Amino acid sequence: MMKMTSPAELEKYRSSILEGIDSGRPSVSVCCGTGCSASGALEVVSAFERLLEEKGIQANINTKITGCHGFCEQGPLVLLSPGNRLYCKVTEEDVDDIIEETLLANRVVERLLFVDPVTGEKIEKEEEIPFYKKQLRLIFGDNGKMVPTDIRDYLSLGGYSALAKVLKGMGPQEVIQEIKNSRLRGRGGAGFPTGLKWESCDKAEGDIKYVICNADEGDPGCFQDRSLLEGNPHLVLEGMIIGAYAVGASQGYIYVRNEYPLAVKNFSTALEQAREMGLLGENILGSDFSFNIKVVRGGGAFVCGESSALITSIEGRIGEPRYKFVHAAEKGLWDRPTVLNNVKTWAAVPLIINRGAEWFSEIGTEQSKGTMIFSLTGKVNNTGLVEVPMGISLRELIFEIGGGILEGRKFKAVQTGGPSGGCIPEGLLNLPLDFEKLAEVGSMVGSGGMIVMDETTCMVDVAKYFLSFTQEESCGKCVPCREGGEHMLKILERITRGEGEERDLELLKEISDTMQCASLCALGKLAPNPVLTTLKYFPEEYLAHIKDKKCSAGVCKELIEYLIDPEACTGCGRCLKACPTGAISGEKEAVHILDQEQCIKCGNCMEVCRFDAVSVE
Amino acid sequence: MTVDLEKVNSIIEKYRDDREAFIALLQDISAEYRYLPEEVIRYVSEEIEVPVSRLFSLATFYTSFRLEPRGEHEVQVCMGTACHVRGAPRMLDKVTQKLNIKPGETTEDKRFTVETVNCVGACALGPLLVYDGKYYGKLTQWKIEKLLEGSNDEDDQSS
Repeated sequence: MMKMTSPAELEKYRSSILEGIDSGRPSVSVCCGTGCSASGALEVVSAFERLLEEKGIQANINTKITGCHGFCEQGPLVLLSPGNRLYCKVTEEDVDDIIEETLLANRVVERLLFVDPVTGEKIEKEEEIPFYKKQLRLIFGDNGKMVPTDIRDYLSLGGYSALAKVLKGMGPQEVIQEIKNSRLRGRGGAGFPTGLKWESCDKAEGDIKYVICNADEGDPGCFQDRSLLEGNPHLVLEGMIIGAYAVGASQGYIYVRNEYPLAVKNFSTALEQAREMGLLGENILGSDFSFNIKVVRGGGAFVCGESSALITSIEGRIGEPRYKFVHAAEKGLWDRPTVLNNVKTWAAVPLIINRGAEWFSEIGTEQSKGTMIFSLTGKVNNTGLVEVPMGISLRELIFEIGGGILEGRKFKAVQTGGPSGGCIPEGLLNLPLDFEKLAEVGSMVGSGGMIVMDETTCMVDVAKYFLSFTQEESCGKCVPCREGGEHMLKILERITRGEGEERDLELLKEISDTMQCASLCALGKLAPNPVLTTLKYFPEEYLAHIKDKKCSAGVCKELIEYLIDPEACTGCGRCLKACPTGAISGEKEAVHILDQEQCIKCGNCMEVCRFDAVSVE
Repeated sequence: MTVDLEKVNSIIEKYRDDREAFIALLQDISAEYRYLPEEVIRYVSEEIEVPVSRLFSLATFYTSFRLEPRGEHEVQVCMGTACHVRGAPRMLDKVTQKLNIKPGETTEDKRFTVETVNCVGACALGPLLVYDGKYYGKLTQWKIEKLLEGSNDEDDQSS
């Protein structure tokens, strides 16, 4: 690949790529994000490669292995152009039909189309599917259009034009001002204004400055940072280069979870390609600006998502946070001025530079601008990654984009912001999603996790789940977090075992208060949120566990019983065979009996019963 | 136990000039041996002239490191929130009952190691587990039974 020595040369190269693209040539994009790959997308890709070669037409059809398209629920996804047709749940057996019918004869393979669960109607085009229709995919939209390991694809979609624009005629101050004007806020959780952070780093004294990309996406149920790095690594990289130029940094780091090997691989490939083309390294695009980036793999500690812990981890030490009397922007990595931003924040930068701060600041709400990518998961029909303008209501997100609750059950709560966030009840579903509104109800945007819960989810159990998570991940440096978390967890365990007392609820609030006030970092300060919000919005569930010794959701083992309905039981013997403790007895074709003494509440019988004869109370 | 220190030497060489790279160095060693053998850590500490306590503090702080050898097959049960609300605890119970070990342990015959992981980012398929790097989604206890028994059969046939 040729090294570009000026922005003009880059533009010339881009034009040559665009001229070489035959827009009429059919193309197949197979989503190979984590969800689709786990559902068999790689087999679909090999089937395409094999069959296209067998038919001798591989040269006429462009096959792309892309990153995540977001609609994980319907994976493996295959997007075909021209026409932007989306095929869902594609298996290798379907590939021959797709080639013969759609690619060669331009006919639709009806059985692979998305079926609207509400209307029963089949939908052909990606953009008309309700899941995509209401989204505004500014950052995430290109994932489905490019091969993440091919820089030419990124260039053909306008990649690195923001960098060229900056180097051609914007001074660092102008870039900072533009980001300030856009009112972009950090997408990692706290929502700090990005432009201000850059400005303090720029003003801080020091010859050596750093920029860091936080890709230690540790919130369970969140995978948007991973999908961006896997599917569009150059976008994040371009944002970092622009940021480094603005604050005068010469070295950058990206801290990625070691559990994300493909993200590490694709981002490293992007680094190599950018270096080869003169977009990274010495004298970028012939300017006197030089900048390099190193990839650091995380060690699997949740607390390292916290900025000061992440910085100490890059320094090769254990990831313990420190007090932030002095911000990282002034004294960060090796005590030098450092800008640390989340993956999604960096990814927004090229867009703002290209399309202008004014355009960006028109999207969203008064305080929260732009779009946010959420991982919509849990008991929702359309699990996936969605990008929406800030300010959309939870109801629209869950019921329109998300397609409502699994198996038509009743919505109970939605948990946002991961282990540091809270559970929001049905009464607040019209809440517009932004940093302030979510904080007002005791939750947060966080890094964009959104877990939907239904009537079969126990809110006390959920609180216990999050607390056991944060307690396990507490680094142990400060007492409130280390001890407070453990005691709260003990109380919650007691309650879910049916041994709780009413005064436990007061005690939970008291410990929460101490943790919020006195913990060293956000992990401890925010850890009580799931407990406090469930206590506030679902007090009756706690009381049912404490007073009536009942778990209405049928989750807490010590408080439930599995029952066989003699009316519905056909005596088929499936549950009897499945029971690991031999608690079920009964002759063939006679009603089966469950001995509560021997039952370990594993729920196997309920799972295998074909006649809905087993219930939980 | 004797380990091939040749491999360790090449890893040490790779990070010779990198003052921050202790974690990466341990990660590479861990990838090579599938755990961190004590004698290797001691050897590395002498070679790079860093106190052994420093390396052990890293090895015990970060959850991706193991100080005990892992079993032949690794079963990682996803305990992410989406999987949790879809019944992951029951799935974990099933795995641990079936293999008769606790999470984090290895069976006596060294065939299986069971671990819990926080989230593998395939939430649409929850509850799920990762078996030797392969994802098994929309789990039921029945599927787990088959999966763990199936691997028994295969191994019995091959041995």
